[in-house]
Amino acid sequence: MAKSPETEHPLKAFGWASRDTSGFFSPFKFSRRATGEHDVQFKVLYCGVCHSDLHMAKNEWGFSQYPLVPGHEIVGEVTEVGSKVEKFKVGDKVGVGCLVGSCRQCDQCTNDLENYCDKQILTYSAPYTDGTITYGGYSNLMVADEHFVIRWPENLPLDIGAPLLCAGITTYSPLRYYGLDKPGLNVGIVGLGGLGHVAVKFAKAFGTKVTVISTSINKKKEAIEQLGADSFLVSRDPEEMKAAAGTLDGIIDTVSASHPLLPLISLLKPHGKIVVVGAPEKPLELPVFPIIIGRKVIGGSAIGGIKETQEMIDFAAKHNILPDVEIIPIDYINTAMDRLLKSDVKYRFVIDIAKSLKPE
Amino acid sequence: MAGTENSQKSFGWAATDTSGLLFPFHFSRRENGSDDVTIKILYCGVCHSDLHSVKNEWGFTNYPIVPGHEIVGLVTKTGSDVKKFKVGDRVGVGVIVGSCKTCDICQQDLENYCPKVIFTYNSKDQDGTKTYGGYSDIIVVDQRFVLRIPDNLSSGACAPLLCAGITVYSPMKYYGMTEPGKHLGVAGLGGLGHVAVKFGKAFGLKVTVISTSPKKESEAINRLGADSFLVSSDPAQLKAAMGTMDFIIDTIAAVHPLAPLLGLLKMNGKLVTVGLPDKPLELPIFPLVLGRKLVGGSDIGGMKETQEMLDFCGKHNIIADIEMIRIDYINTAFERLAKSDVRYRFVIDVANTLASN
Repeated sequence: MAKSPETEHPLKAFGWASRDTSGFFSPFKFSRRATGEHDVQFKVLYCGVCHSDLHMAKNEWGFSQYPLVPGHEIVGEVTEVGSKVEKFKVGDKVGVGCLVGSCRQCDQCTNDLENYCDKQILTYSAPYTDGTITYGGYSNLMVADEHFVIRWPENLPLDIGAPLLCAGITTYSPLRYYGLDKPGLNVGIVGLGGLGHVAVKFAKAFGTKVTVISTSINKKKEAIEQLGADSFLVSRDPEEMKAAAGTLDGIIDTVSASHPLLPLISLLKPHGKIVVVGAPEKPLELPVFPIIIGRKVIGGSAIGGIKETQEMIDFAAKHNILPDVEIIPIDYINTAMDRLLKSDVKYRFVIDIAKSLKPE
Repeated sequence: MAGTENSQKSFGWAATDTSGLLFPFHFSRRENGSDDVTIKILYCGVCHSDLHSVKNEWGFTNYPIVPGHEIVGLVTKTGSDVKKFKVGDRVGVGVIVGSCKTCDICQQDLENYCPKVIFTYNSKDQDGTKTYGGYSDIIVVDQRFVLRIPDNLSSGACAPLLCAGITVYSPMKYYGMTEPGKHLGVAGLGGLGHVAVKFGKAFGLKVTVISTSPKKESEAINRLGADSFLVSSDPAQLKAAMGTMDFIIDTIAAVHPLAPLLGLLKMNGKLVTVGLPDKPLELPIFPLVLGRKLVGGSDIGGMKETQEMLDFCGKHNIIADIEMIRIDYINTAFERLAKSDVRYRFVIDVANTLASN
């Protein structure tokens, strides 16, 4: 007889799950596996609310498994370690991001690019190696293979820092890979949400000159005064866009809705690069002439490998790079998702799991 | 008036309207300046861009237009400041004949990306007159934009290297496609594609030709040396090859789907587009993001790199596969080119067939 979420593993756990495409969250009892020899078990203290959690809760990408417990910006404190675990001990502060498994043998994995492994296992709603479905950080307890656990630096706040585990690595990795981390370069950031605001902070920390590109003039003051952007472009203003043509070495495009690429391509200098990290569902129009005439590049990027995620967390701790968050109790999550849909948050919700998540 | 704006009489074939039909045409070239070289044209390759241009398919043709930017000829005059060339030298002229020469971009030997670049035809020259290309008897060019042809390469077969050659060589270097053992896909087997296959093999790459025509397979493998051939309209073949290529050079000049090509790339793979369709392409974003793949462009190359490419061809004995034609065959040649009916570049035997009335 099929086991239920509550009985499939030996350790009782509880969280909040979405049970259907309405995306509505409610309390949910389930279970976690026993701590294997390479596993780290930790009690969850905080979990960031990523826009992906909303897409997945509603099955917008078509592969959600219900009941779905999202959350892949998870910070906690170690409660047990497996017999072969060397990197962590009880009491350590740790984080887990978007991945909890990969094949560990392919070219990608052996190059610390687990995020590009064909057999990667997502932190939630994915089949694990034991055949059960993974549950994420909107829960009290996590068990993860030590390879996928991040050491949390002492001076990095646990609550505010949580969103770095997805938003942070998603913007840090392409700034590095596409060479947009050199002092003096002009970097544009499109979209000022969870990803965009962290991208601005990393780009400034790399010594680049940052231009925020947004549809809304309302965000200008905040972008410049709070986030430290050097300038701000309203993408719907043709005059402003024309004046800025050919000035940017690169652009990180965090916008996940469909939008035209040509105006962004025009902002690039020759040999400039646009990196897409938001993922519109439908194809975008690619005008070929401007790409060829200016030897320009459009590339993508998806989170980052574990080694780079650790590097990013350590970098953030060293340079005091912290997301801007709104801390919420778990029972606010449905309202938070409604607000997230309207981009009504500066700039990431973080659930205070330790204080607000109680068993029924 | 076109015929009298400059002082050296010149004769060629030009198109005067969007029918794209070419006819004999008298015009003029400037007097040979101190930095200039006058070249008697021997051969001129027929590039697909010539066809797009004579029909004004890109919307910026200024008629009358004398196309031709794959020119090989002999130096007949040199200006007082010209040291690199002497009368009788065998030289080439490609897609550009001028740039500002002073900006950062020009200083990096990337004249092809200079905002003030002057194209060999249909462009405004520094003196305000229009540039005319190589379907003509002579051309006058600033020495910086003239290239030496390696002694061992035959003139006619070398002409297409001046556009097709550099157009694929430059991105192969820039995007890192020169590591032996890596796998290159070449999409489209025409003027650009067949040269990309030859360069790919010379760089030590494994080369797969991606084409819609199964008929090209034997030639691709047996004559051009490709390692394998993929019929892109066959879903089973596409599926079997998914995630196997490090790079793809996309030479297809028409609108075509990018999704299947992106699927052929490995993670972190690169698709470089050098064909110029007249409408935008559809770019699916998910495969780029999930596979950290990229789509990049490239546009011919600077003069230093073009010379490097020619010298590379001299060293590896690489020439284009051509069909030599008379100038008066050009209109038929364009019709055949539109149907990809050529292996793989027409070259006009200018010296022997272009006669002034």
